[in-house]
Formats: sequence, structure tokens, C-alpha cells
Amino acid sequence: MSLPAVAARTRTDLAWDVLHSVLDPEVPALSVCDLGIVREVIAHDDGLEIVLTPTYSGCPATEVIEHDVLAAIAKAQLGPARVSLRRAPAWTTDWISAEGKRKLLDYGIAPPGPAAPDGAVPIRIFGRKADAVACPRCASLHTERLSAFGSTACKSMYRCLSCREPFEHFKPI
Amino acid sequence: MQASIQIDHAPAVQYLLRIGDTCLVHGQRIAQWCGHAPILEEDIALSNMALDLIGQARAVLTRAGELEGRGHDEDQLAFLREERDYRNITLVELPRGDFAFTVLRNVMVATLMKQLWQRLCDSSDAELAAIAGKAVKEARYHQQHAADWVVRLGDGTDESRRRIEAALAELWRFVPEMLESDAVDEAAHASGLGPRWADLKDAWQAEMSTVLQAAKLDAPPEAAFRSTGKQGVHTEHMGFMLAEMQHLQRSFPGGVW
Repeated sequence: MSLPAVAARTRTDLAWDVLHSVLDPEVPALSVCDLGIVREVIAHDDGLEIVLTPTYSGCPATEVIEHDVLAAIAKAQLGPARVSLRRAPAWTTDWISAEGKRKLLDYGIAPPGPAAPDGAVPIRIFGRKADAVACPRCASLHTERLSAFGSTACKSMYRCLSCREPFEHFKPI
Repeated sequence: MQASIQIDHAPAVQYLLRIGDTCLVHGQRIAQWCGHAPILEEDIALSNMALDLIGQARAVLTRAGELEGRGHDEDQLAFLREERDYRNITLVELPRGDFAFTVLRNVMVATLMKQLWQRLCDSSDAELAAIAGKAVKEARYHQQHAADWVVRLGDGTDESRRRIEAALAELWRFVPEMLESDAVDEAAHASGLGPRWADLKDAWQAEMSTVLQAAKLDAPPEAAFRSTGKQGVHTEHMGFMLAEMQHLQRSFPGGVW
């Protein structure tokens, strides 16, 4: 293996370390790596390319994340870098790491279960008590959904009927 | 004041503008609920859906601009066109109405978009297919949410039922435009860009009848009326909406966040 190749790989590894410290601006318990949106870090001759997959089409955090990633790479003095977006395959909450799901729970957000497989999903007319989501505070399954949409695109709102606390659930998608 | 741009009328561009503009205008109308929804949860839900739709519109309009090849970006396409150059279905440009009107329209549009995005996942255009792969998941959530409300209102109180029935009577005549095809569709079908919208008709009707049945509502008979938003001929409401939507970009050319 030639020397430049080793250097390039090292720079990529360092970039991954840096990315593990870049937090999602809307769910600051998770790093962008925990969230599973960093697809690849490529060392080009003219700099690093960090490939991200956006979470939701309209997520306002996407541009902030791009900015934060580049700022962190610059701060670590890893040389010129750019961010590119890769839309396919589409991001799924299944890409959130086990560590990320644990951090979500610690943060008070019920982590997502497995995403529904793609394909024909019939319309489910569900009432408020349909999905068994455990309360992140007392672990009770006696919860109800208040709204399918929450403070950010990725979350829905729930209430625990045991400890009476409201909480957020990261939607499986 | 910033002058309008002239757009290319190639079928592929028109096909993408129909999708992008439907998302954009629908998102704009839904966003008008922000701060006005009957309960906080719905205020948040509707604002979230508006964000998804505007995000989808950004991606599709960007692609439309690339295919057009005149250097138009998403902002120019969204804010600097004349009314007649918008290609959204008429349904989405109608003023937002009451909450029943909004959730019924939402389920009608989300059901269409879900079917459309599903088919677009196989588009010959890789970028459009990638956009669709993400958007189809969002459309499913939108459909779910709106369908849930239509059932609650239809099978709810006398007042909620009166309102959802009025919405149905008002909105149903805009359905045929959504599910009919023309030369633009035929060209997209031939090139593999996307499906003819008429080919989505059976699936749309099947899903909508599931929702209406659960809501104890009957679909009105098909009217002879044909709306023409996809051809660029809009209702009197469109210009007022665009005036508000475009104002900032027209008055402060090139303004960015």
C-alpha cells in the first residue's frame, strides 16, 4: 500500500471521529452518525466528501447539519471538504444505531420500532390507543397517541396513562 | 420588482411542474393553518405536512429546472412564474376552507400523491425516483392522518357531519382532473419518466372508498365539470395566493435566508 493511500484512509477515519461529535440540531442527544444519515466519507485528491442522506424532504435541519458538519471538519483541520446529498435509498429510522436508540430513550424520546416494509400499506383507521409505545420514563405500555405529528417532522406526541407524563415518539419511517 | 421568467413547455418539464406545483401550492395552503388550527396538535401536524410538501416541491422543481436546461433554480420556478405557468391541479389552490374542507382535501391529495410517488420510484429518471422513494413515506403519513380525521368527522357529531358533507359536495368535482391523462402524460409514460395519472384512478378510488365508507359518507356522482389547473388555467383564487407567496421574492430580488 502506498503512503498517500494510508494518509487518505487516516484522514477518512479522523473525519468519522469528528462526525460522531456533530449533533443533530433538533435532537441534540444524537450525533449525525447515530442518526444514520452519514452514508460515506470519501477522500478525494482535492478534499473530503461527506455523503449525507436527508431524513425528511422538508426537514429544516438538513442545511444546518451540512453547515455543522463542514464547520467540525474545518475545526479539526482535515483540509478542504464538501457535503453531497444522496437521496436514494431513502433514509429510514432502521438506520438509527442501537446506541442512538438507547440515547433517545435516555433523552426521554421513545425510540422507533422497525419501519413498515415498503409496498402496499392499506389505510389503517386507528384510534388513539393503537400503537403500543412504551413510556420512556416509566416503561409502561399503557400509553396513548395524542398526535401523529410532533415538534419536529420525525416525532409524534404521546401521553403515558400510568405516570401521566407526555412524551415524544420517534416515528418509524 | 423582479420580472417573471419564461419557462419551457417540453412535456417532461410540464410533467414535473404538475407534481412540483401541486406539492408547492398544497403546502402553501396547508401552511395557512399555522397559528389557526382548532387545536395545538393539529396546528403542529398541518405545519409539519406543509414542510414535507414544500420540501418535496423544492426537490421536484430543482429537477424540473435541470431538465428544462435554462438555468432556473427552485426559487425562480417557485416565485417568478406567471400564474398561467403554474401546473398544479386546481383542487389544491382553493382557499383552505374550514377544518373539514382541509382534511378531506388532504386525504384526496395524499391518496393521489402516494399512488404517484409509488409509481415514480421506478422512474427512468434516477433523481425523480430518489425523490419519490422518500416522498412516498411522507405521503403515507399524510394520508393516514387525514383519513383518520375524515372518519372522525363523518362518523362524529351532527355538526362535524354537516361540515364534512359540505366539503365533499364542494370538492368532489375537482377529482376528474386528477385522474385523467393527456399528451403530457403519454409522453412521460412513453419515456418511462412516470405513469399516466389516469392509471392511478382505480387505486385512488379503491382507497378513497375505504375511507368514505368508514366515515359513512357517499361519494357524489361524477360531474361533467372539468377543472384545468394542470393546463395552467386556474381559478380566481390562484392569483391572490401567488401575490402573497411571491411578494418577498418579487420585492427583494434574489433574497435568500
